[in-house]
Amino acid sequence: MYAVEMRGITKRFGSFTANDHIDFCVEKGEIHCLLGENGAGKTTLMNILFGLYHADEGELIINGKSVTKHSARNAFLCGLGMVHQHFMLVDALSIWENVIIGNEPGRFSIDRKESIRQVQAIADSYNFNLNVEEKVSELSVGMKQRVEILKTLYRGAETIILDEPTAVLTPQEVDQLLDIFRDMKKQGKTIIFITHKLNETKAVSDHVTVLRAGKSVHTVNTADVTVNELAGMMVGHEVSFELERVANEPGEVVLSLQNVRLLPNAQNTVSLDVRAGEIVGIAGVEGNGQKQLEEMLLGLLKCKEGKISLYGEEISSWPTRKRVEKGISYIPSDRYQRAILPGFSILDNYLLGNQFDEHYVPHGMIDYRVLEERAKDLMKSYDVRAVDEKQSIGSLSGGNQQKMVLSREASKDAGFVLACQPIRGLDIGAIQYIREILLKLRRQGKAILLISAELTDIFQLSDRIAVLYKGELMDMRKNEEFTTQSIGLLMAGQKGEA
Amino acid sequence: MSREKKAGSGRWASGLQNIWLSVVAILLSLVITSVIMAASGNNLAEAYSALFKGAFGSRNAIANTLAKTVPLIFVGMACAFSNKGGIFNIGCEGQLYSGALAAAVAAIFLQGAPRILVIPAAFVAGMAAGMLVGGLNGFLKAKLQINEVLVAIMLNYIMRYLTSYFVHGPLKDPEASVAQTVAMDDSYMLTKLVPKTQLTTALLLALVIAVLMYFFFMKTRTGFNIRAVGENRLAAQASGIAMSSTIVLTMAVSGALAALTGVTEVLGKTGKFVDGFSPGYGFTGIAVAVLGRNNPAGVLLSALLFGIMESGAMKMSYVAGVSTSMIKVMQGLVILFVATPNLVSFLKRRKGEKKGE
Amino acid sequence: MNNLQHLFSMHMVLSTLRLAIPLTLASIGSVICERSGIINLGIEGMMLSGAFGAVFGTHISGSPWIGMLVAILVGGLFGLIHALLCIRYRTNQAVSGVGINIFASGITIVLCQVVWNKEGLSGEVTAIPNVTVPGLSQIPVIGRLFEKQSPYLFITLVIVAVSWYVMYRTKVGLRLRTIGDNSKAAATAGVNVTRYRYVSVIICGMLCGLAGSFLSIVQSNLFVKDMVAGRGYIALAATIFGGWNPLGSFLASLLFAFSQALRINIELDIPEQFLQMLPYLLTMVVLIIAGRKVKGPQESGDIKD
Repeated sequence: MYAVEMRGITKRFGSFTANDHIDFCVEKGEIHCLLGENGAGKTTLMNILFGLYHADEGELIINGKSVTKHSARNAFLCGLGMVHQHFMLVDALSIWENVIIGNEPGRFSIDRKESIRQVQAIADSYNFNLNVEEKVSELSVGMKQRVEILKTLYRGAETIILDEPTAVLTPQEVDQLLDIFRDMKKQGKTIIFITHKLNETKAVSDHVTVLRAGKSVHTVNTADVTVNELAGMMVGHEVSFELERVANEPGEVVLSLQNVRLLPNAQNTVSLDVRAGEIVGIAGVEGNGQKQLEEMLLGLLKCKEGKISLYGEEISSWPTRKRVEKGISYIPSDRYQRAILPGFSILDNYLLGNQFDEHYVPHGMIDYRVLEERAKDLMKSYDVRAVDEKQSIGSLSGGNQQKMVLSREASKDAGFVLACQPIRGLDIGAIQYIREILLKLRRQGKAILLISAELTDIFQLSDRIAVLYKGELMDMRKNEEFTTQSIGLLMAGQKGEA
Repeated sequence: MSREKKAGSGRWASGLQNIWLSVVAILLSLVITSVIMAASGNNLAEAYSALFKGAFGSRNAIANTLAKTVPLIFVGMACAFSNKGGIFNIGCEGQLYSGALAAAVAAIFLQGAPRILVIPAAFVAGMAAGMLVGGLNGFLKAKLQINEVLVAIMLNYIMRYLTSYFVHGPLKDPEASVAQTVAMDDSYMLTKLVPKTQLTTALLLALVIAVLMYFFFMKTRTGFNIRAVGENRLAAQASGIAMSSTIVLTMAVSGALAALTGVTEVLGKTGKFVDGFSPGYGFTGIAVAVLGRNNPAGVLLSALLFGIMESGAMKMSYVAGVSTSMIKVMQGLVILFVATPNLVSFLKRRKGEKKGE
Repeated sequence: MNNLQHLFSMHMVLSTLRLAIPLTLASIGSVICERSGIINLGIEGMMLSGAFGAVFGTHISGSPWIGMLVAILVGGLFGLIHALLCIRYRTNQAVSGVGINIFASGITIVLCQVVWNKEGLSGEVTAIPNVTVPGLSQIPVIGRLFEKQSPYLFITLVIVAVSWYVMYRTKVGLRLRTIGDNSKAAATAGVNVTRYRYVSVIICGMLCGLAGSFLSIVQSNLFVKDMVAGRGYIALAATIFGGWNPLGSFLASLLFAFSQALRINIELDIPEQFLQMLPYLLTMVVLIIAGRKVKGPQESGDIKD
C-alpha cells in the first residue's frame, strides 16, 4: 500500500522543464528520502504533491485514491503535512499559539488550557522535549523545526514532507532529528525527507529516490546501496562535448585566503590560493559555505576571521568598490538578485560594476558613446540575443542574461574572476558556451575561482579542485587525482582513501 | 515565470506605457470630478471655462498660474528624486518648513549686506536645513533600518512645530499680529518676471533644476548609482555602490530640493517666514511626482497641471460657484488612480476573462 | 503651586480622557489595520470624512445617533477603498493613504458648499448629549467619571477592552497577529489572509469614522474644514508608541492627550509648540532607541505573495 504515488509527473515553467516524467512512490509507514542536487526538481515535485503547483502531466494518487483537483487545502484533507525550508513561525508568539493557528480549540475565544494540554501531549509523545508555553523567539533553530513538525502532527498529518530539514542544523541537532523521524515512523507516520546529504539518507531511510536534472533516476532500497553509489547516482555524468583544456603553467598567486572561517561553527578555517591562468574549482553540496565564501570575497559579508588577499594586498576590510576596482570580476550565484537591474536597459546593465571605471565614466560623467560601442561589441561577440542594447534586460531569457553578465565581467580589466554557479538554470547550449568562455579567460591568464554544485563543471574546467564541506576544506588536489567517486565521498563528509 | 512577465519591453514602449497610465489617471479623475460637480448642480461648461479663464485669461493670470506651479515643481522634484532611489519621501513638508525658516533667518540676519551676497546665502542656508532634515531621515533608515515613512511623518510635525515656536517666540515680528518673522528688505526678494504678479526668477531656477536633474540621472555616475539602488539593492551593492551613503545622499538631496520650495516662497512671495504657510505642498509633491512618473519632464507637466487647477480654482469658485476645494478632490483622485497601475490595466482588460492566480 | 494642584485635579483627568477619545479610537483602528499587514496613512482623511458624515447624517435625520452611524459607514467606505487599492490593485500603501487624505480634505469642503452653501463650514446640528449614569455617579471621586460624560467615553472604553480581548484571547486575534508577522504561516494554516485584510482595513476605517464623529457632533455641533488637524497622525504615533497593542494605544493616547490638556488648561512656561510636538518627538525617540528591536507587525506596509 502506497501513501503517495506520483506517476509520470511533468511540470514546465516556460521553456524550462523542472520535472520530466517523474515517478515517485512512497510506502505507508516508511521513511523515504528524495535525494538530488539543488535544481534537480525536488522542491517542484513536492510543491505539486502539496497542491501548490499543478502538474502539466501525470497522475497523483494519495492513499490509493486518485486525486484530480488538488490544492493545498486538499493536501491537508488527505493527511499531508509539509515542513518548509523557511520556517513559517511567528517569533512573537508562544509555541502552542503557533501550533494551533487555523485549528484553534474553542469557539470564538481560545481555550488556552485545553490548547496547551493538547499541544504538550503531542510534543511529549514524540519526545520533542519542548515546553509549549515558551516563546518561539527564544528557541534554537533545531527546536523551531520541531515546532514546525509539531504543527503538522497537531493538524493530524499522516504523511509528513520535510524540505531540506537538516540544512540549518548542527550535527547534534541532525542526530536528534533523525531520532524523531524514527519515533514518528514507529507510531505509523510516513515521512518524505528531501535532502542532498548522503549520510543522513543512508542512516535513516528505507527507500531512496534520486532525482537528477528533473528526472527520477532511481528508486532503491537504502540497504542495498552504499553512500558511494548514491553519490554516483546523484551527480551522474552528463554527456557533453569534450572541452579542450590545454595544460599551462600557472603564474603568480592572485587571490589568497588564509585561515578564513566561513561558517561560525566550522571547526577548521580555509586557506587556498588561486594563481594566474588557473581555474580552481570549489566542489561541494550547496549550503556548505559557498555562499559565505562568495560574499566574503566581494565584501558583502564581513570576514571576521582570517585574511583575504588580492595580488598580495590584504583586502579583508576593504569596501566592495575598492575590491572591484582592484580587479574582481564577479558572476554571482544568484544572477537575478545580484548581477542585473531587471528594469534597466542592457546598456545600463553593462555600466553596472563598471561605473567606477574612468574609461566609461570619465570625471563622473557617463560616456554613453563608449559604452554603447562596447556593449554592441560584447553582445555580438558573446552572442547576447536582443532587439538592441536599449531593450530591458529583464525581458531576455535566462541564458541571454547570463551571457550578458558574463560578457560584462569577462571584459573587465580584472585579474581575478569569481564565477559562482555560472550555469545554473541554463539550457545545454548556453552551458557549453559559458564553459568555453571560462576556459578562454583562463588562457588569457586570469585567476578563476569556480564555485559550482555541478561536478561536470568542476571536472571539465578546473586545474585544481577543493571540496567544501560544512565550511571546511575536505581536500584540495589536482583535477586528475580525483574521481567522481572519491569526490562524492568527500562531498558527503567522508575523509578516507580517495 | 513571473520574472519574464515583470519585464517591460524596451525603453520606448515602457515610456509610452507610463504616459498612457498618467493620461488615463487624469481622465478618470476628470470624469469623476465632473460627475461630482454636475451632481451638485454646477454648470460644467461654465465651470471649466471659468477655470480656463482664471488660469490663462490674461497675462497676469498666466503669470500667476506659473507662480503657483513653481513650488509644486520643486517639491515634485524632491519626491521624484528620492523615488528614483527607491525611497519614499513623505517628509517634504518638514523639510520645506525648515528650509524656509533658515532662508528667512539668513536674509534677516544679513540685513544691510548687498543683495548679491544675501540671496545666495539664503538659498544655501535653506538648502542646508532641508538637507539636514532629509539626511537625518536617510541616516536613520540606512544605519538603523528605521522605516523612513514613519520617521518622516514624525519629522514633519516636529519641524512644523519647531518653526512655529521660533516665530511665536524668539523670532516673532513684535509688530505683527500673526506669527511671522519681520519682513526682509525688499531688495533681497527675487526679481519679478512679470510685474505685479508673484512670478519670479524662481521659475527659471525650477526649470534649470529640472534640466539638471534629468542630466544627473541620465549622465552622471552618482545618478546612475542612485537609480541602481532604487532598482535592485543587492545588485547595486555587489557592483561596489556604498549603500548607506547613497541612501543618505538621496534623502539629503531630496530634502534640499524640498527646501527650495520653502526658500522660494519666502524670497519670492512673502518676504518673511509665516507660520504654517504651506498648504500641504509636501503631500501635493507626492502627487506631482507620481503623476510625472518621477521623470523631470513629467514632473514639470504635472506640476503645471496642478498649478493651472490651483490658479483657475478661484475664478471657478466665484463665477460658477464651484468650491475651490474641488481641486483637492481632483488631486486626491489623481493620486489614487495613478498609483494604481493595476487598475488601469484592469480596466483595459475588463472584457477579457479574469486573470488566473 | 496653583498650577501644580491643577495638574492633578479631576478636571485635568476628565479633560485628558475626553481628548484621548478620538486618538484612542483611530489608533486602535490603525493597530488592527497594521496587524493585517497594511499601513494606513489615510487615518487623517478617514477621520475627516467621519466628522463630516456625522454632521451630514444628523442634518438629514435630525438624530445625532444616526449621524454617528453615518460616520461609521463613511469611514468604512474609505477603508474599503484603501483596502481595494492596497490589496487588490497593489497600490503603494503610503501613496494611497496620502491620496485619501487629500481627497477627503477636498470632498468634505465641496460637500459643505453643496449642502449648506458655506465654504468649509457646515450648519449647526444637534450634538450627542452628555449622560449621567444614575447610581454610579453618586460614588465619591470616581462618580465624576459617570456624571455628565459623553457616551463616547464609555463606548471607547468598551472598544479598548473588546479589541484587546479579541486580539489576545480569541482565534480571530491569533490569526490576525499571525498575518501581520508572517502571512505565509497563516495562509498555510488555512487562514483566508485576504479576507482578514479586507475586514481589518474596513474596521479601521469605521473606527476612524467614529473618532471623527466625536470631533464634530460631540465636542462641537458642526463641521469645520480640516477639523481633524493632525489628530490622525497623532493616532498613528500612538499606534507605534503603544507597541501595536490596543491597550498600548489607549495608554499612549492618554499620554498624548495629557500633553494637549496641559496646553489647554494650564499656564506653563513651556512654549505650547513643544507640547504639540511631544507625541511626535516621543515616538521618534522610541523608534530611534528601539531601532530594529521594536518592530511592529513584520510585514506591515509590504504585502507579500
